[in-house]
Amino acid sequence: MLDSLIYPLVKIVFVLTGVLVAVMYLVLLERKVQAWVQVRLGPMRVGPQGVLQPLADVLKLFVKEDITPARADKWVYTAAPIIVLVPALIAFAVIPFGSNVHLFGRTIPLYIADINVGLLYIVSVASIGVYGIILGGYSSNSKYPLLGGLRASAQLISYELTVTMTFVAVILMSGSLSMVGIVNAQYNSHVWFGFVQPLALAIYFIGALAETNRAPFDLPEAEQELVAGFHTEYSGMRFALFFLAEYANMIVVSSVATTLFLGGWLRPFPNVAALHLLDIVPSWAWFCLKTFALLYLFLWIRATLPRYRYDQLMRLGWKVLIPLAIANIIVTAAVKVIIG
Amino acid sequence: MGESIAFYTLAVLILGFAILVITARNTVHSVLFLVVNFLFVAALYVLLGAQFLAVIQVIVYAGGIVVLYLFVVMLVNLKRPPEVHQDPHRRSRLALVLACVLLAEIGAIAVWGYVRPDVPVSPVSAATAAQNVEQVGWLLYTHYLVPFEVASILLLVAMVGAIILARREL
Repeated sequence: MLDSLIYPLVKIVFVLTGVLVAVMYLVLLERKVQAWVQVRLGPMRVGPQGVLQPLADVLKLFVKEDITPARADKWVYTAAPIIVLVPALIAFAVIPFGSNVHLFGRTIPLYIADINVGLLYIVSVASIGVYGIILGGYSSNSKYPLLGGLRASAQLISYELTVTMTFVAVILMSGSLSMVGIVNAQYNSHVWFGFVQPLALAIYFIGALAETNRAPFDLPEAEQELVAGFHTEYSGMRFALFFLAEYANMIVVSSVATTLFLGGWLRPFPNVAALHLLDIVPSWAWFCLKTFALLYLFLWIRATLPRYRYDQLMRLGWKVLIPLAIANIIVTAAVKVIIG
Repeated sequence: MGESIAFYTLAVLILGFAILVITARNTVHSVLFLVVNFLFVAALYVLLGAQFLAVIQVIVYAGGIVVLYLFVVMLVNLKRPPEVHQDPHRRSRLALVLACVLLAEIGAIAVWGYVRPDVPVSPVSAATAAQNVEQVGWLLYTHYLVPFEVASILLLVAMVGAIILARREL
């Protein structure tokens, strides 16, 4: 009872709280980083250096009027933000945040579940999230959301393929589909997979930018052409759910990249005994550090690069990234066979 | 006990959503019910210990194919009422024939299973469930190699056909 019900529940509450707080501060960080890049100060009014800004934002979104367009498809309109958010949150179920910790004489693994098809689970969950965006665009019964939704669905389907292809290379290296198994495989092979699969890492990161609708691939919500894309008609808390989902998705793809390519919770050079001084930093801190570095890269790219054109985006996905990813799989498999 | 409760609940949900798929007036709602239906079928696979199959069901059907359905439904305007055919019962007659054929097929399979019940039904143990990715792969590349390759050729042909249809001149 205690082991099968209470502990997982406690962990779920911990992870959800952590993710939601991380999302709130990721939004603040994004505004700050954008501001610094543009030689501004960013939010400064609420709290010292603006650190309480997320709370003010949440409060504002809660009390805002919630409008449903008159001719909207009401049920679908209500369900869409939920369909986007839920997959983004349940993906965290299989992400290993650290190695086992010992607390009160117990060994607690720092993941909610380690299923043997963990990586595929993440792919499947992400593929459900697409629906929310399409449906949000469709059900608003308005031009811009519909166009944004169509663009988003085409983009997400294309780049989902790309991202999944890079997973195949990692699976070939690790021989495991479990997230914990992949990290252990990196420990056993004495190298982070990012170093032996740099191409897969690069393709994954580009695909992840496109899958989370982030700049330079934020076409589904291109302000100049589509107002705000699929969530134009949404307001108040429902808009906040879309917003939350986008940032939660950023954390998911960064955590997956960390687990697959950057050694997950492992410290740098995990097999070099001379560096065991680094073990003072707990494993989950290494994980958070790596994930944070990737998230910072997201924000940095947004502040730096202009948006792609739609045909450029599609050409990049189908004619460059997917062939490269397939070639990478073939080379990886061939090398694997030759080395034995 | 718990397993049968879960099974019957899932079965009722699957059939319920299947009925909603064909009775929904709005095509988009119909597609959505289909997605929910697929998700419950995936749950059924989990109940059988086939986690790999469950995840593939969600990726391929719920996440891949039905998104394309939705795409088509949204692009094609289906709000126009369908034209009335001269013979309104034409479809029902066809449906009746098809239903009879399906029923006969299910009956034949049931009888076949009853006639030779000594087919070894391998019970799903925890150990095989933990390795079912390897098992599926192994079976596909040994025992079912020919059907597997035929299926992939079929998909290739379909893809080439779609490209030729889409681009009139090559």
